[in-house]
Amino acid sequence: MSGGLHNMDRLREERRSWFYFAIGIAIYGWSIYGVGFDPIDLVRGLPAMGNLFARMWPPDLAYVPTILPAFLETIKIALLSTVVGGLLAIPIILLAARNINRTIWLVYTVKAFLNLVRTLPDMLLAAIFVAALGVGALPGVMALAIFSFGIIAKLTSESTEAIDPGPIEAMEAVGARKLQVIHFAVVPQILPQFVAYCLYVFEINIRVAAVLGLVGAGGIGRLLLRDMNLLRYPQALTIIIATFVLVAGLDFFSTKLRERLI
Amino acid sequence: MKGRRVLGYVGFVLFLVTVWWSTTGLDINWERVMTGLPGAAAIVNLMFPPNWGYAGDVGGRLIETIHIAIVGTSIGAILAIPFGFLAAINVSRSRLMVGFGKSLLNAIRTFPELLLAIVIMRGVGPGAFAGVLAMGVHSIGMLGKLYAEVVEGIDPGPVEALQSTGANRIQTIWYGIIPQVLPDFASYALYRLEINIRAASVLGLVGAGGIGIPLLFNLRARIWDKVGMILLGIIVVVTIVDYGSAYLRKRIV
Repeated sequence: MSGGLHNMDRLREERRSWFYFAIGIAIYGWSIYGVGFDPIDLVRGLPAMGNLFARMWPPDLAYVPTILPAFLETIKIALLSTVVGGLLAIPIILLAARNINRTIWLVYTVKAFLNLVRTLPDMLLAAIFVAALGVGALPGVMALAIFSFGIIAKLTSESTEAIDPGPIEAMEAVGARKLQVIHFAVVPQILPQFVAYCLYVFEINIRVAAVLGLVGAGGIGRLLLRDMNLLRYPQALTIIIATFVLVAGLDFFSTKLRERLI
Repeated sequence: MKGRRVLGYVGFVLFLVTVWWSTTGLDINWERVMTGLPGAAAIVNLMFPPNWGYAGDVGGRLIETIHIAIVGTSIGAILAIPFGFLAAINVSRSRLMVGFGKSLLNAIRTFPELLLAIVIMRGVGPGAFAGVLAMGVHSIGMLGKLYAEVVEGIDPGPVEALQSTGANRIQTIWYGIIPQVLPDFASYALYRLEINIRAASVLGLVGAGGIGIPLLFNLRARIWDKVGMILLGIIVVVTIVDYGSAYLRKRIV
């Protein structure tokens, strides 16, 4: 009898899986239709893309000195925004960690705020700041700083909640004040992770800084957009290669540093 | 020990100098920041209350954004599978192939998605389809790398058992490896979907479909209450997808 029940359960289970499967397929069909997915378009478009590359080749190496300032600006934007974001994150990290901030409602409010900040894509913030403040590096730095702040604060506060409570309890037992506890029991435990997260965010920021110019927020992307629009393809290819070198180089450097930290 | 300490101080000073350098030459000064911040605050004020009458149009574009993310992520998730196996040391035959696979994935990851979208748009024209292709290609990079790590971490037992019964290479992968890695693959693909929902809402800024298109238009026209509505829509969709994906991922693994 139990065998019969078991079979019925299995049948129900199976029917449910088919149901989910059908829903999945329906969503897929709708999505593929919705984005206008067209293999014929793709096949037709491939020669055009190939043609584009043919017209780009060879890159214009004499163009390198011209793009150097924008290239450096991209690095500056990524670095500055990571530093600003990291500094802004420090007080919030302590407020969002349950084992440091004992006012629970405040912890949850701060966490909700951080989640809200992280829902906004970086480029979108940049586009808004450009509209509000005008074209230039400033809106780019502000957008990336807010974005960096959100990630660094969230990741580090989670690491803080996982630290060894021993040193904190020991400090509290001898009557240390809150700031002393944080300075001697908390900071030494989370500092390496904090720096590692900052480097990780820096790696993300380089990628974004390289394209910020597409929305007018400074850096090398501005030149790329201009050259593509003016059909100056060899120059555009030079910028694309430079972007590639920039991202790969700083990525490598940052990853090496992070490996040494942890 | 003392040497390390000195090295640490030197590094710190070097870091401070670099940060100082990064503030030079940019068009940034306190005056601009101080006038800019109230300006930005005033605009945020204008965004709320959002223009509710615009919610219908926003909804349509948001659905397109979700579609782009779903199709783009699936293209990446499927195409990343062969790359993942190629770049896994315990499956690939030679170190040369593994090195090739890993560097190829690194190269793909390095290339910003929006740049890809701009190049692809020259081929297939502006719109959601170009965005999907850019997202698909870009997603291969990260997913392929994560897949390779999953494959390298499998239990070798089933693979050895199959090999000892004389199973060929394809059979070994199909029966010995795929069942072990599928849940992790699916989990990483869902995680990628969370990232791609954000990416899809940005693609429109270069003309590659989704909610970014009306956003750019309204930003340029300075219709702030519509911008507010769009932002609200993006926040809601991203939050729902984040929670949904996290729930599914917990159930899978």
